Amino acid sequence: MADKEGRWLYAVARDVAVGSRTLTGVAGEPVRVLESSGLAAVVSDVDLAEFGAEPLKSNLEDLDWLADTARAHDAVVTAVVRAAPAAVPLRLATVYLGDDRVRELLTRRAADFGVALDQLTGRTEWGVKGYADPDALAEVAEQAASEGSGAGTAYLLRRKAQLSARERAEQTAAARADRLHGEIAGLATAARRHPPQDPKLSGQRDWMVLNGAYLVDDVLADELAAIVERLGSELPGVRLELTGPWPPYSFAGVEQERE
Amino acid sequence: MSELEPAPERRIALVDLLDRVLAGGVVLSGEVTLSIAEVDLVHVSLRALITSASTLERSLSGE
Repeated sequence: MADKEGRWLYAVARDVAVGSRTLTGVAGEPVRVLESSGLAAVVSDVDLAEFGAEPLKSNLEDLDWLADTARAHDAVVTAVVRAAPAAVPLRLATVYLGDDRVRELLTRRAADFGVALDQLTGRTEWGVKGYADPDALAEVAEQAASEGSGAGTAYLLRRKAQLSARERAEQTAAARADRLHGEIAGLATAARRHPPQDPKLSGQRDWMVLNGAYLVDDVLADELAAIVERLGSELPGVRLELTGPWPPYSFAGVEQERE
Repeated sequence: MSELEPAPERRIALVDLLDRVLAGGVVLSGEVTLSIAEVDLVHVSLRALITSASTLERSLSGE
């Protein structure tokens, strides 16, 4: 017998209600809204035989299951972000037992959610991925080494010469990535670097040197796109890709409560 | 009061989405939550799956 006592949480917002067209979430269940303390938790019911702690562990290793679940989660979070002025997305696979436990959560953390929602209002998360072409970077690194001048740089030049071409290229790539991240972060309210993606997963041959997330005021969205385009053309050997708009997954803001 | 409506489907790469839904989002002490160890496990099993990658490529291209 199915046990649908689990409540999968998508996002917390203010002033949202279910619409006339049914919105479905993970496992195809319709999305509901639970309210308390002026906050609305967007949830759907899940069967604990599939989404309880133990079955979840093995299901997460099933790529098709993970992909379907992640996309279903994102579809609902995106709908909340579009409807509400701001929404705090929940980490994938946050499940509570019953409606009352969710309402208790809203009441207990009302102040934290309020602060997070205020910070996210009028802002959007964007992603910038930077890829370096190893061959082009090696060339740039060679050039920089041979053009180096000044008494103080003698040791550095000698040291550099000892490094393999690949190491030099990696250093150049890291320096570029730091500069890129710094420039883009200058425009953002908050910035964060995710670990580079595995080339086998991303399907990219080039090195990923930057996997950044940026929370940017909506009025600055055009400026962000322009900066990314400019930086991409300024730096030889580095290719930039702007992704988004994203729900503010990387800037959800509410700290995990201490037990 | 704003009404929730289904959003148009977004064409996004699964890797980009997983970066965010597994490592981002608010972490609350629900009755079921993903621990850091479990998220790492997901990444490990993702890499293991690459060898049998035909389903993966389909997922990555958003089919």
